[in-house]
Formats: sequence, C-alpha cells, structure tokens
Amino acid sequence: MDFLYSIFVDPFVQMVQMPDFLLQVLWEGIVGGILYALIALGFVLIFKASGVFNFAQGIMVVFAALTLVGLYEKGVPALAALVLAVGVMALLAICVERFVMRPLVNQPDIILLMATIGLTYFLVGLGEFIFGGEPKVMIANELGLPSGSVVLEPEGWGPGGSPGLISLQKIDIAATVIAAIMIVALAIFFNKTRIGRALRAVADDHQAALSVGISLNQIWAIVWFAAGVVALVTGIMWGARSDVSFALEIVALKALPVLILGGFTSIPGAIVGGLIIGVGEKIGEIYWGPLVGGGIESWLAYGIALVFLIFRPQGLFGEKIIERV
Amino acid sequence: MGVAMAALTGAWTAPAFAEDSIYIQMPTYRTGPYAGSGIPIANGMVDYLNMLNERDGGVGGVKLMVEECETGYDTQKGVECYEAAKAKGTVVFNPWSTGITLQVIPKAGVDKIPVLSMAYGLSAAAEGNTFPWVFNPPMTYWDGASGVIKYIADKEGGMDKLKGKKIGYIFLDAGYGREPIPLLEKFAGEFGFTLMQYPVPPKEMQNQSSQWLNVRRDQPDYMVMWGWGAMNPTAIKEATKIRYPMDKFIGVWWSGGEDDARAGGADAKGYKTLNFNAVGSEFQALSDIKAKLIDAGKSQTDAGKLGENLYNRGVVNSVIVAEAIRVAQEKTGKKVITGEDMRVGLENLKIDEARLKELGLEGFMAPMAISCGDHSGHNMMYVQEWDGEKWVKASEWFEPMTDVVKPMLAAAADEYKTKNAPWPERTEACAN
Amino acid sequence: MFYREAGQFKTSYEADQQVFPILQDKIGIGAILIIGLVVVPLTGSDFMITSIMIPFLIFSLATIGLNILTGYAGQLSLGSGAFMGVGAYACYKLTTIFPDANLVVLVLLSGFFSAAIGMVFGLPSLRIKGLYLAVTTLAAQFFLEWCFIRVPWLYNYNASGAIEVPERTGFGGIILSGPAASPLTRYFLVLGLVILITIIMKNIVRGRVGRSWMMIRDMDIAAELIGVRPLVAKLSAFAVSSYVCGVAGALMVFSWLGAAEPAAFSINLSFQILFMAILGGLGSLVGSFMGAAFIWILPVLIRFGMPAVGIDIAAETVEHTTRMIVGALIIFFLIVEPHGLVRLWQIAKEKLRVWPFPYV
Repeated sequence: MDFLYSIFVDPFVQMVQMPDFLLQVLWEGIVGGILYALIALGFVLIFKASGVFNFAQGIMVVFAALTLVGLYEKGVPALAALVLAVGVMALLAICVERFVMRPLVNQPDIILLMATIGLTYFLVGLGEFIFGGEPKVMIANELGLPSGSVVLEPEGWGPGGSPGLISLQKIDIAATVIAAIMIVALAIFFNKTRIGRALRAVADDHQAALSVGISLNQIWAIVWFAAGVVALVTGIMWGARSDVSFALEIVALKALPVLILGGFTSIPGAIVGGLIIGVGEKIGEIYWGPLVGGGIESWLAYGIALVFLIFRPQGLFGEKIIERV
Repeated sequence: MGVAMAALTGAWTAPAFAEDSIYIQMPTYRTGPYAGSGIPIANGMVDYLNMLNERDGGVGGVKLMVEECETGYDTQKGVECYEAAKAKGTVVFNPWSTGITLQVIPKAGVDKIPVLSMAYGLSAAAEGNTFPWVFNPPMTYWDGASGVIKYIADKEGGMDKLKGKKIGYIFLDAGYGREPIPLLEKFAGEFGFTLMQYPVPPKEMQNQSSQWLNVRRDQPDYMVMWGWGAMNPTAIKEATKIRYPMDKFIGVWWSGGEDDARAGGADAKGYKTLNFNAVGSEFQALSDIKAKLIDAGKSQTDAGKLGENLYNRGVVNSVIVAEAIRVAQEKTGKKVITGEDMRVGLENLKIDEARLKELGLEGFMAPMAISCGDHSGHNMMYVQEWDGEKWVKASEWFEPMTDVVKPMLAAAADEYKTKNAPWPERTEACAN
Repeated sequence: MFYREAGQFKTSYEADQQVFPILQDKIGIGAILIIGLVVVPLTGSDFMITSIMIPFLIFSLATIGLNILTGYAGQLSLGSGAFMGVGAYACYKLTTIFPDANLVVLVLLSGFFSAAIGMVFGLPSLRIKGLYLAVTTLAAQFFLEWCFIRVPWLYNYNASGAIEVPERTGFGGIILSGPAASPLTRYFLVLGLVILITIIMKNIVRGRVGRSWMMIRDMDIAAELIGVRPLVAKLSAFAVSSYVCGVAGALMVFSWLGAAEPAAFSINLSFQILFMAILGGLGSLVGSFMGAAFIWILPVLIRFGMPAVGIDIAAETVEHTTRMIVGALIIFFLIVEPHGLVRLWQIAKEKLRVWPFPYV
C-alpha cells in the first residue's frame, strides 16, 4: 500500500503543498526544453532540406561556442568575436557541403548518418587541437546577456502558507526570448523569402527542385550555415548555464528523443517535443525519481518518446509515412 | 602482414630503459569530457619530474624517462596504456581514473608493477596486507568523507550536534562517487543525521537542475560533493542559482579546481573543499620549475596556471614518485630500479618536515608516511575556501577519523578478497 | 592469373554450396587461420596480443553481432554497447553463482540473457522503422546503462560499483581469466570462440533464417506479402544479434579489460561498433573483421607508431590527430566506397580474376 501511495498519491500531494516549487520545476523544465528544442532545431533544418540526420549538431554547438570564447580569449572584442564565429560557421557549412555532402548525394540515410558521425570525430579532434581541452567560461556578460535573477515571492505559495520563492534566471529568460525570436525569424525565412521557398522545394523533392533551377549545393550550404548559427546560439546559452567544454556534446544527445517525439521534419514539432521532454523529465525526476534512487533523467526522455512513438511512428508532427511495395 | 606488424609492435614496445635511466609512464588525459581537470594535473606531474631531470639530473643521479600516455579517461585506452607501460618496463603506474585503477589492481601483483592511485581508486587498497602492490596515499575517499563530517561537526560544535541534521551528498554516479556512500551511511546511523543522496549521471554532468531543485526542496543543512570534470563548475553554478548557502557546501579534493569555482563567479564565495596540498607558487621547487622549464619553453604549462590547486596536486603525485624512487635506491643499493624495488620504496616512503624543506616544498603538503600494512597513511588534510578569486586556507591541518575508517577498510579489503577468490596471499616480505 | 576459377568444376550440389567454392579462397582462409593460430602466437609480443589482437577479435565479434541486425535484417541499432554490457554482467553473475563451471560455457550461456533482453527491446521494431528505431534503441542503451549502476545485485554489491574478473580455471586447470591468465590463453580462448561463432553465423545467414532477414531488410512489406513473418524474422534477428554482442561483451570484460565500470558500455562503445560495421561493410561477415581492424588497429598504430618512428609529439596531440584522421578517413571511405572495405576487397578480387588481361 505504501508503495502505491508513494507512486500515485504522494507526488501530487507534494505538488499541491508547495505550489511555488512546482512552478519552479515547471520553469526549469521549460527552459531545459527550449534548450533541447534549439539543438533539435538544428537537426530539423538539415534533415528537412537534405534528408541527412546530422549527428554532428552536438559537436557543432561545442565548436561554435569554443570558437567564440577562444577568439575572445585571443583578444578579439566580444561582438567582433561573435561575428567571426558566425563567419567560421559559414566556412564550416561551405566545407561540409563541398567535401561531405556533395560527394555523398543520393546515398542511403545510414551512410549519410555515418558521414556526420565521422564529421563529429573530426570536429572533436580539430576543436581540441585548436582550443585545447580546458573548459572555458562563456562570455555571457561581455555579449550583453543579463545575469542575476528575478525573484518572485507570492504570498502563501510556500510550504504551509509561507511566502513562496520562484527565482527566474535572467539568462534563462533571455534564452527563451532569443529562442522565440529565432523561431519566428526562421518561420519568416522559410515562408516569405526566395531562398526559404527554394529550401522547402528541395525538402519536398530533390529532383523536382533541380529541374526548376534550384541549386542543391547552394541550398545545402545555406541550411548547414543556418544550423551552424542555431548551434552558436545554443552553445552560448548552454555555455552560460555551465561552461564550454567537450562534455556539452553529450548533452546534445538529449535532442534525439525530442526529435523523434516531434518528428524529424517539423520545426513546431521540435519546439513542442522539446517542451514535453523538458517538462516531463523534470517532473518525473523530481517527483517520481527518488522512488527508484534518482538519476532516471538519463533515460526517461527516451521512454517518453518511445511511448509516443508506439502510437504515432512518425512522431507527433512528422509527415505521414506512406509505404508502397 | 602479421609478421610486419609483429616487428613493428616489437620495435615500439621493446623495453625502453637504457642502462642509466628509469622509465616512468604517466597516463594522463588532456582530451575528453574530463580534460578540464586532467590537464593541470598532467602538467604538474610531468613538470616536477622533468624539473628534477634538469636541476639534479634525475633522482640519485639517474635520469627519469617520463612519457605521457593519453587515456581520455577511457578504460579501453587505459588498459592499452597499461600494457604499453608494462612492455616498456615502467616502475610505477598512476592510472588517474577510478575505472582504470580497478582494472589494474589485480594485474599489478602478477606483472610486478606498483600502482599509485593518489587519493582516488579503491579505498580498501589501503590494506597493504591484501593489496601489496597498490598504494593510495596520502588518504582514501573514506578518510575524506570522515574528514568532511568531522569538519561539519566541528562547525556545529561537536559530534552530538549532528543529530537531526540533514546532510546532502551530490556525486558523480560512477564508481568514484559511490565509493564514500557506505561510510556516510554508517556515520548517518551512528551520529543520527539524515543522508540525502543526489546522484548526477555522467551524461548529465552539465545539466544538473533537477538535482538542485531536489536540494532546494529538501533543504539539507550541508551539502557534500564528490564531483569531477565538468560536473564541478555546473554544480557550483546551480548552487548559486538556488541560493544555497555556499559556506555550507563542501567538496572533496577533486572538486577544488580554480576553474571549477571561478565558474560560479563572486557568488561562489564561501565554497569549500578538502585539500591536501598547498595552493600557490611560492615554493622553491615550483620556482625551479618556472625557471628551468616554463621560462625555457620546455613545458606545456601556462605560467599563470603554475601553483593552481590541481597543478600542485599533480606535483604531489610526482613528489611521491620521486621520493619513492630515492627510498628504493637507498634500500636496494641499485641505481636503476625495477617495479619490485619501487614497491619497496613506496612501502617505506616517509616524507617528513625536514625532507620537505630539503625538497624546497616546506608547507606544501602534510608530512606523510606509508607502511607495510597501511598503504594510505591516513594523513592530514585541511579545508580551503574560495574567496571569490582564489583559494584560501580555512582550517588547520587535521586528521581523518582513522579509528573509524581503519576497521571499515579492513572489512572492505576482506570482502574484496572473498569476492575475488582465489585472491593471492601476500608473499612480499615487509622490508625493514 | 593466380586467382581464377577456370577449371574448377562443381560436380555435386554440395560442392556448389560450399562457403568457399574457389580453391584459392580455401587456401587464403587457411593461411589466415595459420597466421591467427600459429604465427601470431609465436611471434607476437605480449603487447601485440593483449592490446591489438584480443580487442580486435572481440570487436570483430561484436561487429558481427551488430551486422546481423543492421546489415542483414536492416534494423539500425545504437544499443549494441548496452547489449554487450548485459552479456558481461550476466557472465559475471553466472561465474559468481557457479564458480567451478567452465568459463567458456558460462560465456556462451551469458549470451542468452543478452538475447532475451534484446528481444524485449526489439519489440518496438515491429512498428517503428529506420532512424526512428535507431533512436529508440538509444532508450535501451541508456536504460540498461542506468540498470548497471542502479541494481547493486548485478555487481554483487561491490563498493566500487564495478565488476571485477575473478580467477577461473578450466580444461584441466588452465587459468582462463583473471590477472594470472597468460595472454596466449586468453588469445586462444577468444580466437576459438570467434571462429566458432563466425562459422555458425555464416551458416545462419546463408540459410533460411538469414534469407528471411534479408527480405525484411530489402522491403519488409513485400517480404510479409510472400510469407515472411515480420515478428519472427525481426525478433530472431534481435535475438541472434544480441546473443553475439553479449558473448563479445562477456569476452571483453573477462578476457581483455579485467574489470569494468558501467561507463565501459556507454554509448561510445555502441558508436565504435557501428563504425566498424559500416566501414567494414554492412551485410558482410568478412567486412566485420575488416571494419574492426581498421577502427581499432589504425589508431593504435598511429598512437604508438608515430613516437616509435621518431615523430616526437605530445601525447594529446597524437590523440587529436588520431581523431581527425579517423574522422576524415571515415568520410573518405564513405565517399569512395559507401559499401565498406569489403566492397573494395570484392572489386580487387574481380580485378584479380581477369588480371593481367582485363580486356580479353
């Protein structure tokens, strides 16, 4: 009985008793979810346009952030370093398109996936070779990102009617705002601009797009660049939360359940998937995790995604898979 | 092809020691997720030995051949480094990873290579009678955990004041972080405090908000941390975020890198860790390193990082190695020693105040001694505090609760022995 | 000139269905076996046996396991590392419970535990396909990894949280595992099992079961229409694959590493195996060996070979360059020959057949 109580009743009692804490958990979940969504966004951009499951997105996040901080440490002013880092990502996009994507056009998915894993290896080596393996502190202040926190103390929300405490990190708020801006900008870019429309054409059908005069190579370079910029933003945000080091690459794996939940091809899917995973795993870990010794966060996200997937094999927002013999 | 490969492997693993030098392989990790902690340690270890070569021509007139082997904190590469070290005839092996230590512990006795796991690895290895080839000075994790509890009790005004307190333990969810749990649980029962555990999976090192939300809910009176690599700065940042009182947050000696605390900025002021080496570069030996190596461009160390905590930790490791070689030379009368001689050297190692002074390291570390039955020594530690910019000493040197730890270590060693039966009995004589 | 099948006539079905129908292939495989069984043990240094040959063989076995699933049955998996872990932990538990049993038997038994777990995690494959399935196998990877940490029973409540290999003897008192086992004993143990399993697998994949896997791989709906039951075919692929991976995992701990923390079976191990499978060539057993050789031996050669030939660079620079070279080579090989090293070998064989007169 006790066991059932602790699974089905106690967590909810806790939620009601400490509403401020629940809100804090939700907020942390949302922020975490948005960061996952940002990584997932990079995946989606590339998958949409080229059908490549870009495993290297995680290391691109690290690489972009390292470039930014590395340049700053070499004495480049913060904003100039930011511009240069964007430039480096553009260069990387062009190189990837030229040396990896172009020769591998028309290969099966798994080969392309492998190529991006190869790229991951290469970038890890290159990144450590250039910048060294020491963790670096993100230059959040120098970039004009806010620090400190906003503290709300709603009356009677704490345990036993005491004043509650909800602290919102300004950097997290900024991350949310920036993510929102970026998604809107991407939406406008995809729907209203010439290149954006060409991108969607490529996503629908490579050959048809080619036949109306769209350059695949150019489009691919552009999406890789866009994914690189997304990676840079993600890197800045994650870096500000902890630090910039190669361990971040592992965090990026968290974007995978987000992707399968949202569907590989959907930008809104990435956002919604990110929020579901982010909030779901926080609630799960905090209220149910202690029952099994904690640390379930490492697989809970995959569990959530798997359950969704059993019912919708193409993800929540993915395109319907039609199979023909 | 097989033959060609055999020839090749033969060429590079042939015993490397010439007649007049001692070969020491240093497994290090300057790559991978733990590189942040690994680099300063590697620099400290290598620099000190190279400095001895430059300044004194080695130890006892014999040059030391130091070679790094990159493990990336990865157990596969660790075994590879060990095999290479064995083939080349290293006199000592420092795994610098709990996982690799566990792998080499049973092999050490067979291959006659002493394993030096300085304040990490298997705590029970302190029992010299069970583990004649493994050394973990100056103290074990269990000593450390007892030290933390002792320090907390001290601040509270006595062991009896611990009753009813809540102590949180946040740790890297791997062998390393789980090691102190039995001791902490025992203490919790004995002194009546509640132990709350917050495991951090290695994959989630940089994503600890759940753990710290739990901390916020549970409101422990003290937090103890067993963190490594990127886990440390993230934990310190998250602690500042939930406004955990920093002066009640105490880390183990591996959570005390300058970079770790710096990530928390001024908010991290008051954060404490255990330590067993001094911080700072005002020591004769370190000045020698600067003069002979760094200024001469023979080191990878950034001059600004000389004297940082983990760098000095690496130096301690090499001091132990060099002193053990010296003792081994004295005991055996040989100049060029082998692994077996090195074991004798380590077992009779004694570094007292006078010797530290001679080494130009007065006050750099507590005097330490290893004996035949006690391969750890249960030496002294102190608590340091982050003042926002650097570490400052926050307590006097104090001893762990050896009386509690020792019987537990003996029991753990016996358990290891039965679980890994047939475990070889010690045949090595206790040299005078 | 030397590699030509002209004049080798098959006069019975049996002869026609041999694994190596061509005489030259028989000689070749014989030569490789002689090198493996005689030349390497006689000439190899301890380092070569323990750090090159044993891991290479173990990885080859794991790659064969993954190849069954991904190469033959077309189900992409990123969880092979965890399945190796299941085998290792199962073997550890078995040897604790039956300390006197022969280690070889226990290793072979432990694969069944891995197979059972593999079938459970294979169930979603009936509904989920392609890259989506790959990500769900990650659920298996992370969940099992968590179990290795969180279920103390699995590691006998060791304070270190790791499994440590005890000394075990067999075959009349020969020490098979533990620190006292000689490198050669361990090598022959691994080699024997690898040869045995490879022969069994070769015969499975060219038989009815293997063909049903390949039909599922090439087009599952079509296969279903002509009477292949996807449930049986997919789950049997998961079971056989996990079995082989499990045996490889048990060997990895017992014959190579000597002790293992849960981190030894992390996602990186899964990737390592996947690399080997793809670079070697999906759907080929020979390719599994080639891939394992490439991914394992090349970095070791670079790491220890560069300093040996007098290129004196810092240890971590070697590591960085190794990573860059391996990464670049992976991409290069995928571009040049997406079907893996084995395809290069086949092309070479085709060329050899008509050499020296390709135009005749």
